[in-house]
Amino acid sequence: MLTKKVKNRILFLVSIFLISISAVLFILKSLNKNILYFSSPTEIKQKEDIPFGKAMRVGGMVKKGSISISQNDIKFVVTDFENEILISYSGTVPNLFAEEKGVVAEGRLRDKNFFVAERILAKHDENYMPPEIKEIIEKNAK
Amino acid sequence: MLSNIGIGLVTLVLVLSFLTIYTATLDLKTSSQTIKKSIYKLSLFQTTFTILSFLTLIIGFLNSDFSLVNVYENSHSEKPFFYKIAGTWGNHEGSLLLWINILVIFSYLFLVFNHTHDKKFRLYTLIFQNTLILGFLFFLLSNSNPFSPIYPIPLEGLGLNPILQDPALAIHPPLLYVGFVGCSIYFSAAMASLLSNYGGKLFAQSIKTWVKISWCFQTLGIIVGSIWAYYELGWGGFWFWDPVENASLLPWFAITALMHSLIVLEKRNTLYHWVVILCLSTFILSVIGTFLVRSGILNSVHTFASDPSRGVYILIFLSLMIFSALTIFFTKHKKEKYNFNLKSKETFILANNWFMAFFLVTVLIGILYPIFLDVLTNMKISVGPPFFNIVIIPLVVPFMFLMAIGPKFSWIKSQNKISYKSIFPIFGAIGINLFIFYFFGEYSLLSNLIFITAIFLILHSFLDIKKNISKKNIYQLPRIISHLGFGLLVFFIGINHQFSLEEDFNLKVGEIKKTDNYEINFQDIKIKERKNYKAIVGNFELTNLKKNLVEYLEPEIRIYSNPETLTYEAAIKTKITSDLYLTMSNVSRSDYYNIKFQNKPFMVWIWISALMITFGGFMQLSLKKNED
Repeated sequence: MLTKKVKNRILFLVSIFLISISAVLFILKSLNKNILYFSSPTEIKQKEDIPFGKAMRVGGMVKKGSISISQNDIKFVVTDFENEILISYSGTVPNLFAEEKGVVAEGRLRDKNFFVAERILAKHDENYMPPEIKEIIEKNAK
Repeated sequence: MLSNIGIGLVTLVLVLSFLTIYTATLDLKTSSQTIKKSIYKLSLFQTTFTILSFLTLIIGFLNSDFSLVNVYENSHSEKPFFYKIAGTWGNHEGSLLLWINILVIFSYLFLVFNHTHDKKFRLYTLIFQNTLILGFLFFLLSNSNPFSPIYPIPLEGLGLNPILQDPALAIHPPLLYVGFVGCSIYFSAAMASLLSNYGGKLFAQSIKTWVKISWCFQTLGIIVGSIWAYYELGWGGFWFWDPVENASLLPWFAITALMHSLIVLEKRNTLYHWVVILCLSTFILSVIGTFLVRSGILNSVHTFASDPSRGVYILIFLSLMIFSALTIFFTKHKKEKYNFNLKSKETFILANNWFMAFFLVTVLIGILYPIFLDVLTNMKISVGPPFFNIVIIPLVVPFMFLMAIGPKFSWIKSQNKISYKSIFPIFGAIGINLFIFYFFGEYSLLSNLIFITAIFLILHSFLDIKKNISKKNIYQLPRIISHLGFGLLVFFIGINHQFSLEEDFNLKVGEIKKTDNYEINFQDIKIKERKNYKAIVGNFELTNLKKNLVEYLEPEIRIYSNPETLTYEAAIKTKITSDLYLTMSNVSRSDYYNIKFQNKPFMVWIWISALMITFGGFMQLSLKKNED
């Protein structure tokens, strides 16, 4: 039969194994709840099952002449040169936010044409283009 | 001219590295107990020339010598003196040269200061370190050369990104580099120790100081970066779980685990292989972080003009490093006996390591999952801050509890008595928590637990300090100060999180905005000419309606000309109990200004307690004898 020492060791290994499995499961579960999907305006138009209440990211170029500012919010249109979406945001915008520049907005979709942003992502370099947006532009602006 | 000198010096360093490896390999075979004098000399020359090459680059920046592409792209003749120097490492090529400088300097210092240790071990360390140096030198010379010439010579440079023109950000890279690149020396030492069978206690003693140095600088570097983000980026926060911040946390978790388990190796001569794994992974994680932020995979301020070939080079280098580390580890791995009693200091230190490993895995998954998903399914996602908060914060509760009582246990086996006495402050903690809860506002169960354990750790540390001072024992103090700093940090972050106030709105000049407690009067704007930018300064009168207190805040919009960029400068009023934080921005020259107003309680205490953690580390470095 197993000695006490071996038994203890098995018990120890099994519990370590169980703890690490449950830790990883826990991490993955919370990960699933908290990921933000990135979509372009075209993807929003085309997708049937787009979630309205869930936080997500939208990106593209800020359309020329589309920025309007009122006391409570800033509205602007983001385009991927095929489709557009209106974004409303209240809060400070990052310093590189401007017309005809790339932008990524984080927030929730109201309907397929209107997005309420909670955060506008800061880009640190005027020459830098987020990879997501670069891809969209290369695809559409030929 | 400078270009030739620079490239000449770097090539000389390259040749010296080869020579060092060659003579060190020859010296391995001799029977003499001491290392040949010539190796010391080679290493000293190597260090001198590396430092000279860096000074050459600094001179290039100071003289605005635009015959160097690097200076042309990142500097401007009208830039202030201080930022001309800082510009040297504010770009990819220059920072790589700084990286090599630290590799070389650490290599030399390690050789000189460890003269009491085994000859073979020291020679192997030198060989591995020089292999790393060679790898990065090839990288520098092949596609990231800071001394590349440009012809015809441009008259004016392009300038440094204005948000990098800041004192905190000027010292942030050198600090982090000492921290992250400093890890290379015990990466090499760990490999050397496996090859030369120089393990156990003596190995721990040889790398101890280096681990502490790099830990201190890493911690300080991360704090400085965080302070910079707080006042420069204008979001009013100090930690965003941004991929770049996370990348800096990965090696930090590993090195913190290493700092603790190294004590076990030194005192109890066990856990050797675990320590080796941590040594190897700390530097590997540092390079992974560099790869992620430099290659443009993660987008951030650290992504200097992204060039895919750089990413590929680092990736190949990284795979070689990991591969050789694993090969050596598994061929040299020997069975080790672990015999731990539950109630002993080593068990608690091991518990620290488990927590660190868990935090590390969490953050690693958070960083890598989106990248893998993108590669595999082309789906673009990002992991939000709630993920890290949900997974990490609950575990901070038991972590802090163990952090308070763990050090009370003695090595091998403890008596029961100690732990009861040290539980006592828990009643004090519950009392203080109830007081805050009752008088200042309600919060969730988890927050209650966080506050209780944080206060428990704080009270516990204070009792410890009192006891150690009355015993005139100063060797425990560094550890207590660092642990106390962590407790305070969590406590103040908790308070800050619970009682912060944030308002976003748009105002025209002359308008007034009323919120629950404050009246914000946008009085006027002025335009001021400064040395290398123009500033639009807003005058805000802020009335605290409850206390009837008036404050004036002056946020700025700065227009830099070289390169043409806008930055928003927050106006921050720091007081002992809270920070008032106001940023102003303007979009497409509209009449409305975008205002963000925040009241952040105990902000300055967050920095103080974070600095306290580092202070503990530096204090321990300065004490020669160690805690037992």
